[in-house]
Amino acid sequence: MAHAATHDHVAHDDHHDHKPQGFIARWCFSTNHKDIGTLYLIFSLLMFFIGGAMAMIIRAELFQPGMQLVEPDFFNEMTSVHALVMIFGAVMPAFVGLGNWMIPLMVGAPDMALPRMNNWSFWLLPVAFGLLLSTLFMPGGGPQGGWTLYPPLSLQGGNGIAFSILAIHVAGISSIMGAINIIATILNMRAPGMDLLKMPVFVWTWLITAFLLIAVMPVLAGAVTMLLTDKYFGTSFFNAAGGGDPVMFQHIFWFFGHPEVYIMILPAFGIVSEIIPTFARKPLFGYQAMVYATASIAFLSFIVWAHHMFTVGMPLGGELFFMYATMLIAIPTGVKVFNWVSTMWEGSMTFETPMLFAIGFVILFTIGGFSGVMLAIVPADFQYHDTYFVVAHFHYVLVTGAVFSIMAATYYWLPKWTGHMYSERWGKIHFWSSVISVNVLFFPQHFLGLAGMPRRIPDYNVAFADFNMISSIGGFWFGLSQLIFLGVVVHCAFFSKVKAPARVWEGAKGLEWEVPSPAPHHTFSVPPVLKPGMLAHDDVSH
Amino acid sequence: MISVWIARLRRAYVTTSLAALSLAPMTALANPEPWQLNLTKGVTPTSERVHTMHMISLWVCVAIGVVVFGAMIYAMLRFRKSKGAVPATWNHSTKLEVIWTVTPIIILIVMAWPATRLLVDMAHTDGSDMTVKITGYQWKWRYEYVDYYEQNPGIGFMSTLHVDSNRVRQVGSGLDPKSVKVGDESTYLLDVDNPLVLPVGVKVRFVITADDVIHSWWVPVLGWKQDAIPGMVTSAWASITRPGTYRGQCAELCGKDHGFMPIVVKALPKDEFERWLAEQQAAKAAAAGTAQTAAPASQTQG
Repeated sequence: MAHAATHDHVAHDDHHDHKPQGFIARWCFSTNHKDIGTLYLIFSLLMFFIGGAMAMIIRAELFQPGMQLVEPDFFNEMTSVHALVMIFGAVMPAFVGLGNWMIPLMVGAPDMALPRMNNWSFWLLPVAFGLLLSTLFMPGGGPQGGWTLYPPLSLQGGNGIAFSILAIHVAGISSIMGAINIIATILNMRAPGMDLLKMPVFVWTWLITAFLLIAVMPVLAGAVTMLLTDKYFGTSFFNAAGGGDPVMFQHIFWFFGHPEVYIMILPAFGIVSEIIPTFARKPLFGYQAMVYATASIAFLSFIVWAHHMFTVGMPLGGELFFMYATMLIAIPTGVKVFNWVSTMWEGSMTFETPMLFAIGFVILFTIGGFSGVMLAIVPADFQYHDTYFVVAHFHYVLVTGAVFSIMAATYYWLPKWTGHMYSERWGKIHFWSSVISVNVLFFPQHFLGLAGMPRRIPDYNVAFADFNMISSIGGFWFGLSQLIFLGVVVHCAFFSKVKAPARVWEGAKGLEWEVPSPAPHHTFSVPPVLKPGMLAHDDVSH
Repeated sequence: MISVWIARLRRAYVTTSLAALSLAPMTALANPEPWQLNLTKGVTPTSERVHTMHMISLWVCVAIGVVVFGAMIYAMLRFRKSKGAVPATWNHSTKLEVIWTVTPIIILIVMAWPATRLLVDMAHTDGSDMTVKITGYQWKWRYEYVDYYEQNPGIGFMSTLHVDSNRVRQVGSGLDPKSVKVGDESTYLLDVDNPLVLPVGVKVRFVITADDVIHSWWVPVLGWKQDAIPGMVTSAWASITRPGTYRGQCAELCGKDHGFMPIVVKALPKDEFERWLAEQQAAKAAAAGTAQTAAPASQTQG
């Protein structure tokens, strides 16, 4: 009886595309990939503003020399928690949200392979970040030893570190489950005829990213667990006085940390590889090369970790190996950049907001890549290491790289999600305001680092004053610009009157454009029949 | 014909760089300056090579950037739908893909070669005439002169943030960081009570460790930084060519006052350095003498 009733209920949903009734049933108990994707994206946007507020505190204190606003230990809390929130709370969940929404639509699957686990993956995140942010209000405060949690420093101070470690565990479990779900969906639920080498590049980059996540999140879990037992259970993994080795933590951490960097950039490569062909109205140049380049970057990410720690006093042979391996990464990354430029060549381009952000991504991410090549040169890195040059480098790859790609993706797919067009005019204002301010914010930091300003300091010599003030002005301007983004998204979701067609963009190809806008609650309950010209990459001769 | 032009260019380059050198005040070579854009050339042969390596990789990146961004900008101006551009349909070219895989490999090898040679030379800490042991503490440095031409001078002292900077840097002190000066030089947060005094023209080996958490010893004009790690001894070397006062900072986050443990190296001509060393030893002996005569007295009193 019960079984029959359930069956009827499911069939009912399938036929009439009914959403679950009631707010709690729809959002808290959701097993729908679109709703969970939306939850991820909203969560990520919230974390983006929380982490951004911390960045504003940092830039306010650094606005001029002298200590005006905060105590040094609070400043250290801000730098540490800003990084943790932005990496684990904003960028990673945003990509998982985009993957949740788009992967089933792009491969013609009715939903994610493991919908209940999908719900759990998401709802672990508010728990993790609730824990992490609660440490700011505990005696002794939140983590102050940097997001890298290097011992012995990270083990000084209060018990907040135990909560931070638990938060990292919970966020890590969420990431691993998300990754398993994505792999299972891509490998098992593609529509008939959707061969692996016909998949959209975004799906490919996420597949590879998901393997990276499964490989390295447990390594991070191991590293932080050893920190926990060193502090509370008398072990000496990283305690030199007990026969341990503080540098070993750095090796383990960066064995996680470097693939983590690519976890945050490979899906961005995928997004840009979707957007540029659409607005160039020309097929992506070198599809297979793109896939192989992504796989090579993923492989190389496992053998370059020690370039984050060239100054710890490694043996000469080790430094040479990690220098050469790191320089190699420039080759597949270069292939990608050249392919994007070739895709634009002889196209027929228009410059709507997603395209603007994608082009901004290619140029500014490449600048971050250039400083990356410079940082790979070990003798020069002895000067650059732990200075603002490094801060400039990773903000170019993470803000104008990862974050710009997420914004590009949002503008690109927002009409598909909401069924309405966003304001192109305000989207463009958001782009230009962001792209100018982000360079005012981060470009001078190259100069500061080269002139000798270390990172993670709350105060500095007056020689660094001018560029710090410029950087802070850029920071406030960039921060305020993101309110425009919020406004455009809210307007599009709730107030826009302009209906979006199924194929939102003239040059767009792929299954996600075959379903109506907004995408119905359930799509592809019956697998789609692929027709010639429907996919962006159905010619596999290249 | 071409060789004549190259010779002219080279002459022009040498003259302009000489002019730039002579115009710049001495401090320009050493310590951070307002609006400074580039890495210091430093005051050791190694630091000059590091600077050259930095400039090579910078110009390689600029050149590649000009080509790639130039092509992008050209494409964006030329291939616009609004200008009636009709999209092509080609989507690969094996020849092009081979070219832009092989060319970067060659460029990287060209960059890796001098980098490797420099790194090998930087690793050679042997053959030094002097050894200084550096220990990082939260939030100060300790310097010990443990070897000078195979003698142990037995001198050691702590080096902490100068009291003038320390007063100004308190939250809400209301004091102006610009007011902290030594002569004309703004030394806010870059001055200490006891600088590390070193001789010019002597290969100095530094053995570096830490007592509590990880620190990093960095004076930009020496051309490197080296982490100071508890339970580990790392080493580096420098041979300073010019006398002067050179400033640096701790470069590894080490807690609350990480930003307030600067490093000052005072490089003296060799004879002046030896005079200084003798003074320090005499002062130490005198202090030890007073302590010895005082000790029995305190015992009888106790």
